[in-house]
Amino acid sequence: MEDLLALIVAKYNYWLYVILMMIGLYAMIAKNNLIKKLVGMNIFQTAIILFYISIGYKQDATIPIIQNAHGGQDAHNAVIHAADYINPLPHVLMLTAIVVSVATFGVAMALAVRIYQRYQTLEEDELRMRLSEE
Amino acid sequence: MDNYPALIVVTPLLAALLAGLAAWIEERLSYPIALIGLAISMFSAFKVLMQVISSGTIHYRMAGWAPPMGIEYSIDLLNAMVLMIVVSIAFFNLIASYKSVDQEINDRAGSFYTIYLLFVTGLLGVTATGDLFNLYVLIEITSLTSYAMVALGDKDRGPLASLNYVFIGVIGASFYLLGVGYLYMQTGSLNMADVANILPGLHGSSTILTAFILCMIGIWIKMALFPMHVWLPNAYSYSPVAFARIVAPLMTKVMVYVMIRLMITVFGYDYIFETLNIADAVVWLATLAVLAGAVMALAQKNLKKMLTYIIVCEIGYMVGGAWIGNQLGMTGAILHILNDALMTFALFLAVGNMVYKLKTVDLIDLKGLFGKMPWTMAGFVLTAFSIIGVPPTCGFFSKWYLILGAFEAGAYHFAAALVISSLICAVLFFKVFEICFFEPMSDGHGHADLTPPVKIEEAPLSMLIVSGLVSLSLIVAGLYSGTIVNTVILPFLKLQ
Repeated sequence: MEDLLALIVAKYNYWLYVILMMIGLYAMIAKNNLIKKLVGMNIFQTAIILFYISIGYKQDATIPIIQNAHGGQDAHNAVIHAADYINPLPHVLMLTAIVVSVATFGVAMALAVRIYQRYQTLEEDELRMRLSEE
Repeated sequence: MDNYPALIVVTPLLAALLAGLAAWIEERLSYPIALIGLAISMFSAFKVLMQVISSGTIHYRMAGWAPPMGIEYSIDLLNAMVLMIVVSIAFFNLIASYKSVDQEINDRAGSFYTIYLLFVTGLLGVTATGDLFNLYVLIEITSLTSYAMVALGDKDRGPLASLNYVFIGVIGASFYLLGVGYLYMQTGSLNMADVANILPGLHGSSTILTAFILCMIGIWIKMALFPMHVWLPNAYSYSPVAFARIVAPLMTKVMVYVMIRLMITVFGYDYIFETLNIADAVVWLATLAVLAGAVMALAQKNLKKMLTYIIVCEIGYMVGGAWIGNQLGMTGAILHILNDALMTFALFLAVGNMVYKLKTVDLIDLKGLFGKMPWTMAGFVLTAFSIIGVPPTCGFFSKWYLILGAFEAGAYHFAAALVISSLICAVLFFKVFEICFFEPMSDGHGHADLTPPVKIEEAPLSMLIVSGLVSLSLIVAGLYSGTIVNTVILPFLKLQ
């Protein structure tokens, strides 16, 4: 039991992202309302973004900006330790992923509007009933 | 000019921008812009293919940044072939689309061509890129555009089919993204070649195993491998015909390409077939996919829906061939990417012609079609023979390689599934032919001899010519399949 607890505490960021992801997935599968499903989808995507952000983190590191890099007295002979700076690459990747998820959300919302205009409902069971009637 | 690899992808992108802007001024301008953009892209793809065949893999550095920092387009024989397939199908479909877009969605033709070009850009980018994260972004470009396209189609069911496609598509892409994240954690790189160099030292790592499984599940969802296929039939059959004709042959095939690329170039044969022990399970899954796709196709009452289930079945062929784990199987899978793209394209062109005249293609509506649209039906019959696998059409040759590969690996269940599904396809298509041969009921005068001969009402010439050409290309591809295997596929597999 203590081993498990230690495992959870040591890697809590992964546990958090997995829990968030499962909440999102559950909403996408189990919810009846299309907007709730969309919210679930957004939680699902955000969980992955958080995962990426957390893998760039290092203990006691700072933002990846080198002081006096563009001038100053000893800009060129300053020694740079990679361990002092967090890894910026996953964060940069996530900028793109955020753009993608915003675009997907936008398209999905537009589709939901179209469905509502056509059927006057966003509940999935009612939609299914309407479709089988036609 | 050394910039052809970039031009392949960049021209459709710029053309999309121009077509979108031009549509504001004059809706009719966007069609010629799209045509010119794709023509330039096709020319570049042809140049690249010739260069790769004569002098080997091209490494193109985007903006001059060297990998692993920069994004690299690495184009070898496999890429170059798939690029050529994608861009030529996109180009010829555009020629055939002019009339059907005019008929189906003429109030939004400008947006149709813009999204069409963006979709092609995404597919070409997915094929050309040598960077794992770039691949994710381009997959999402492809998916986003196809969500929009599906919603442009059937006014009643299109948006709902599209929204279900969004949900499943997002799950697939997110799994792939997560897999890339794990891969990055362990290797610190996103460049495919670089990752492949680092991986051999990490074969025992469970992180890599997780990464591999997540990437594969993501790609399988995107390519609609049974049982993850549920989104495909609705999404493809409710989209506009002009779009169905391109998404059906290309989207799934490009995803199969991505799977093969990940298997061969990134993770490597050694890892997949020696360290991991899952190939047998995947071949069983593919066997199920082949059988399930064929059986479900048999149950359909609408021609478009029926064909979408045949896609599900064909995906099983390619996944199974790639996972059998010998050279014959892989050759069959790669050859089938080409052949299946052509066959599906030809089938949907024929369906497009029917939809143009008949509006709906429920099987009942097809009565008397041989008399009414003889040329379309001739193409359709030829394509059906190719799908069933009658020599000398190309469908026969890739199936032959797949079956040989299955026997060599002892995967008899997969070979059996191939044969059974071919038989089911034969039943399926002959059922359609039978309906098409029936003359429409006469009005009950009892003078059957006096009924005037059925008037020929064919689709517009542009659609007919493209449909005829593509159907004939099935025979050409069949006759030259030996050349294709010897100059493209075998040299590619030997290099790995």
